[in-house]
Amino acid sequence: MSATTAPLTGDKDNEATETKTDPVSRWADERLGLYKGTKSLIRKVFPDHWSFLLGEIALFSFILILLSGVFLTLWFKPSMTEVEYHGSYYPLNGVSMSEAFASTLNISFDVRAGLLMRQVHHWAALIFIMAIMVHSLRIFFTGAFRKPREINWLIGFTLMILGLLEGFAGYSLPDDLLSGTGLRIASGVVLAIPIVGTYLSYFLFGGDFPGHDFIPRLFTIHVLLVPALIVGLVTAHLILVFVQKHTQWAGPGKTNENVVGLPFMPVYMAKAGGFMFVIFGVVFLLAGLVQINPIWVYGPYTPDQISAGSQPDWYIGFLEGSLRMMPNWEWNLWGHTISFNVLIPSLVVPGILFTGYALWPFFEQWVTGDKREHHILDRPRNRPTRTAIGVAGITFYGVLWLGGGNDLIATHFHLSVEALTWTFRVLVFVGPVIAFWCTKRIALGLQRRDKDKILHGRETGIIKVSLDGEFSEVHEPLSAGERYRLTAHEVQKPLELGPATDENGVPRPGGRGLRLRAKASKAMFSDHVETTVEEYKELEAGHGHH
Amino acid sequence: MTRTSGIGKESSVVNTLSARRRHPLAAFVVLFLALGLIGATYATLGSAKAKAASSAAATPEQLAEGQKLFQSACSSCHGLQAQGVQGSGPSLIGVGAAAVDFQVGTGRMPAMQIGPQVQAKPPVYTQEQIDAMAAYISSLGAGPDVPAADVYTPDLSDQGSVANGGVLFRSNCSQCHNIVGAGGALTDGKFAPPLRQTSEKHIYEAMLTGPQNMPIFGNSVMSPQNKRDIIAYLMHSRTEAGSPGGLDLGSIGPVSEGLFVWTIVLGLLIVIACWIGAHTTKASRARVAHFEATTGKDATNNE
Amino acid sequence: MSTDHLPESVGGAGHGTLTKDAAADDPFKDPGLPEYRPRVTDLDPKAAKRAERQVALLFLISIAGLVGSLFCYTFISNTAVVRVTGLGTVNANNLALGLCLGFAFLAMGSGAIHWARTLMTDVDLVQYRHEMKSDPEATAEAVSEWKQGVADSGFTKYPLIRRSLLTAMLVLPLPAVWLLRDLGPMPKDRLRHTLWAKDQKLINPNTKQPLRAEDITVGTLALANPEQIYSPEQKEEFVDQLAKAAVLVVRLPQNALKGSEEQKKQQWDWSVDGIMAFSKICTHVGCPVALYEQQTHHMLCPCHQSTFDLSDNGRVIFGPAARSLPQLPITVNANGELVAVSDFRQPVGPSFWERG
Repeated sequence: MSATTAPLTGDKDNEATETKTDPVSRWADERLGLYKGTKSLIRKVFPDHWSFLLGEIALFSFILILLSGVFLTLWFKPSMTEVEYHGSYYPLNGVSMSEAFASTLNISFDVRAGLLMRQVHHWAALIFIMAIMVHSLRIFFTGAFRKPREINWLIGFTLMILGLLEGFAGYSLPDDLLSGTGLRIASGVVLAIPIVGTYLSYFLFGGDFPGHDFIPRLFTIHVLLVPALIVGLVTAHLILVFVQKHTQWAGPGKTNENVVGLPFMPVYMAKAGGFMFVIFGVVFLLAGLVQINPIWVYGPYTPDQISAGSQPDWYIGFLEGSLRMMPNWEWNLWGHTISFNVLIPSLVVPGILFTGYALWPFFEQWVTGDKREHHILDRPRNRPTRTAIGVAGITFYGVLWLGGGNDLIATHFHLSVEALTWTFRVLVFVGPVIAFWCTKRIALGLQRRDKDKILHGRETGIIKVSLDGEFSEVHEPLSAGERYRLTAHEVQKPLELGPATDENGVPRPGGRGLRLRAKASKAMFSDHVETTVEEYKELEAGHGHH
Repeated sequence: MTRTSGIGKESSVVNTLSARRRHPLAAFVVLFLALGLIGATYATLGSAKAKAASSAAATPEQLAEGQKLFQSACSSCHGLQAQGVQGSGPSLIGVGAAAVDFQVGTGRMPAMQIGPQVQAKPPVYTQEQIDAMAAYISSLGAGPDVPAADVYTPDLSDQGSVANGGVLFRSNCSQCHNIVGAGGALTDGKFAPPLRQTSEKHIYEAMLTGPQNMPIFGNSVMSPQNKRDIIAYLMHSRTEAGSPGGLDLGSIGPVSEGLFVWTIVLGLLIVIACWIGAHTTKASRARVAHFEATTGKDATNNE
Repeated sequence: MSTDHLPESVGGAGHGTLTKDAAADDPFKDPGLPEYRPRVTDLDPKAAKRAERQVALLFLISIAGLVGSLFCYTFISNTAVVRVTGLGTVNANNLALGLCLGFAFLAMGSGAIHWARTLMTDVDLVQYRHEMKSDPEATAEAVSEWKQGVADSGFTKYPLIRRSLLTAMLVLPLPAVWLLRDLGPMPKDRLRHTLWAKDQKLINPNTKQPLRAEDITVGTLALANPEQIYSPEQKEEFVDQLAKAAVLVVRLPQNALKGSEEQKKQQWDWSVDGIMAFSKICTHVGCPVALYEQQTHHMLCPCHQSTFDLSDNGRVIFGPAARSLPQLPITVNANGELVAVSDFRQPVGPSFWERG
């Protein structure tokens, strides 16, 4: 049985040796079985690579969000009761506003370090969601979601969605003009939901928009419900990383059966702990030097005011863009209204995008039929179709994202909003196709370059001129380790179905599903550049013995 | 190392490609210098402010001077009698002196280029010349006069005025000009200009006359005191209020914050991650050899 | 601890074509971990000492930053502003605290990392992976225990219990939803009505005075709310009503109107000599539309750039909004004040399922 999954077994060694321990640890061990539980964790090996630290950025910024968030709750009043402001920010003196907004002003101007903590909280939130996305893309492009990590992929995906939700809830709490506008849009989206939309909106807002109930309700979701879910899922996410051990890049001595790296205690304890403080440091410097969400200039929310350039935080920007570039389709049928102009961009498009992303590991496994465990990461170039689909998805998201800022792009580059919107309407379809094609070509080109390197060696930058004046570059053969690194991946071949009936006229087993799978497999794996041992040996022999 | 001096002249010339290469950061340095230069140029040009002066009663000399200037600079678009020319310039009869002072004083007139909207640029005429043209135009038909300094000069020490100005700005102006006057997009390439550099007088005149596509906020809809409050709020946000939290990133809201996070912050964090993730530099072979020679121990023995 | 069950081939491209025997002369085979190479700090005690001092210095800087933050918190007023070149006018307390704590954390973190990189072990360790799948004995044991448990429960033996329990489980979620009923009132027809009604004065929110016909010249943009919204009984519902009732008032010359004769007539009839009131709430998702271009008569929503042509019955000419901006019929009372003729003739704001 595996040592990591068996905290309660394998205690024979303990009885055999009498190790002196300090009384406190012994006290704890006698009650918790501390040594049994942690002995295999202490020297757990983690592989070294910068891209393995992206998830840590998310984790540590989340810790900072929790800490600064607790600070903010000590003064924030989640109430929509109207009050007249009389605090130290006199440009809002005497202005009628909700208690939520007034208390946010109080935190910003009257509570010492309050502004700092607000800015820490907000910057860390932007970094949190960014880090989740970048981390998730790293997993996607390197195939780290493959068996046995599909569950952890889904947990991570859920965390990303919860992060978006949590971020939007937090953005909405101060009840300033910008966040109120965001909620107004959200209420418009809810209203557009067929059949139940109107009821849903009235239940959510406790009546007409904006009502007096929503901020307190959102507060509970923001500080209790979603954070509790995130903490729980993050814990599960990390336990699984420990249990399943980290993936690693192929390299000399690094195989699918082992994990090579430095021990958790002390190296990763220090590196990860240090990274946590470095991230804290970066966020605190940001909070001290760069202003974020100056709610006092936006003023309190009132439903009849608006500002040019009203945008959500970046992670909701793709929805904003998708709403902006949607044509105005709306149907009226039998006395009912279906607002495709709202439903498609705000619910259907993200629904498809995210569902596709979440289910990708299962789709890929279905196509490859590969049921083995994979612990060696793919270099993105070696999976050209997956990489190209990923880049196409990013392009799609990116165009929506740009669309969300079309007014600012227009003013900064002196373009017309209408022309930009039309450009994005076209690009959102054409862009991903171009991106797919280019990425695939680039990936295959890189594969070809790898092949050149394996067969002919590394370019040295040294130019030789022969006696007849011919220039050539000196190539240096790769080391055995480098050769292994570049060839240590499988080349996935497309699924061959064979003839429809065998020689006895018996039809091939497997129906339409199999044919579909073969088609998908062909699309994904037909293009590849293979370097075989034979090619290498042949070339080696041809080179002679000089 | 020898230099290649010509194809085939020397039997075997070896040259490293890198000898010809520039420092990898050179391109960035050049880019930054260029950007800095452009920025500096813009800053110098942009800071040229129109001098504020109020119009007094017009003298006959002034009217004559104004007419002369009008005919040479404006009549080709607005007609010799300022009656307007279909398709090139509107009639100026009855627009008032304030409109002239704003349009010419902010450099929008004379218009130089065709575009969705006439843009502000360094003014072509001195304030005296502008006053003369304004006097001439207002002599053609009554319209809003250039406001006196005490009408548009806000009292920044009046906190109530600043606060009221904020409320008015948010309900009447920010929809186009953004929340601290950073400007915003309109239809078909038109835009509401930023207000960060505009003088008090020109802001007042703009509200009074509604230049180009800006609506008019006449005195009956928005009293002179209201206008002064708005100016007080804008001036206060420029000077005293500043950006308490630090760098304001252009005051255009979450987009620039997001951009900042995805470029500078992400870049920085990845650099740090590379530092943490990379193996520490190994001792050179020479150093290892020296160690083994002096201590007699095996350096590769890691026990 | 056997690795037999692990996939055999995870090797390189060429490996697939080779048999296991040929692997011996495989040029692509794994050469194994490279030989350990020491760092300078492993060899040179002086370098190690230097690294130790650097780490300690970073931790000392961290202490200085943390103590400095206490000092700044206590002695720098949080209303003090300071002008910093490159940053602008900023809050001194915020800046000082951010810098102190930022550098303190940076120093603490980089001290730990520098320590790990220079003085802690640099020797790659190898640990072996084990397939996640349970081994056959464990599987057999767990399955038999489970079966025993099921048998002991009688779950399969007593179908009545099983079925009634499953039904109870199906009903269980219902109260969880049902009990949320009091979250809000039924919408009824609240989305169809605003506070506008016959003879409601158009109040200018800037001045809190009624708008008068002569106030509105061509080119003017004025805001207006129904007079009733300022009454004490509306205090509780002020924002909710404002979210539906806010209107914009503009004046258009008759020759600027577009559309069919019938539409032009209606638009003109609902105006006072060209003074027209339009809903300020976008028909897309409800942002206030207020970007009025007085020369083109376009009204733009800054949220999603829906553009309405007020001279053409508020028709949508660009963007995602599907419906025209509703016009409020107005007239003028005996005092020359603008008043509404009635409520809006159609629901304002975003579409909803029952709107029709």
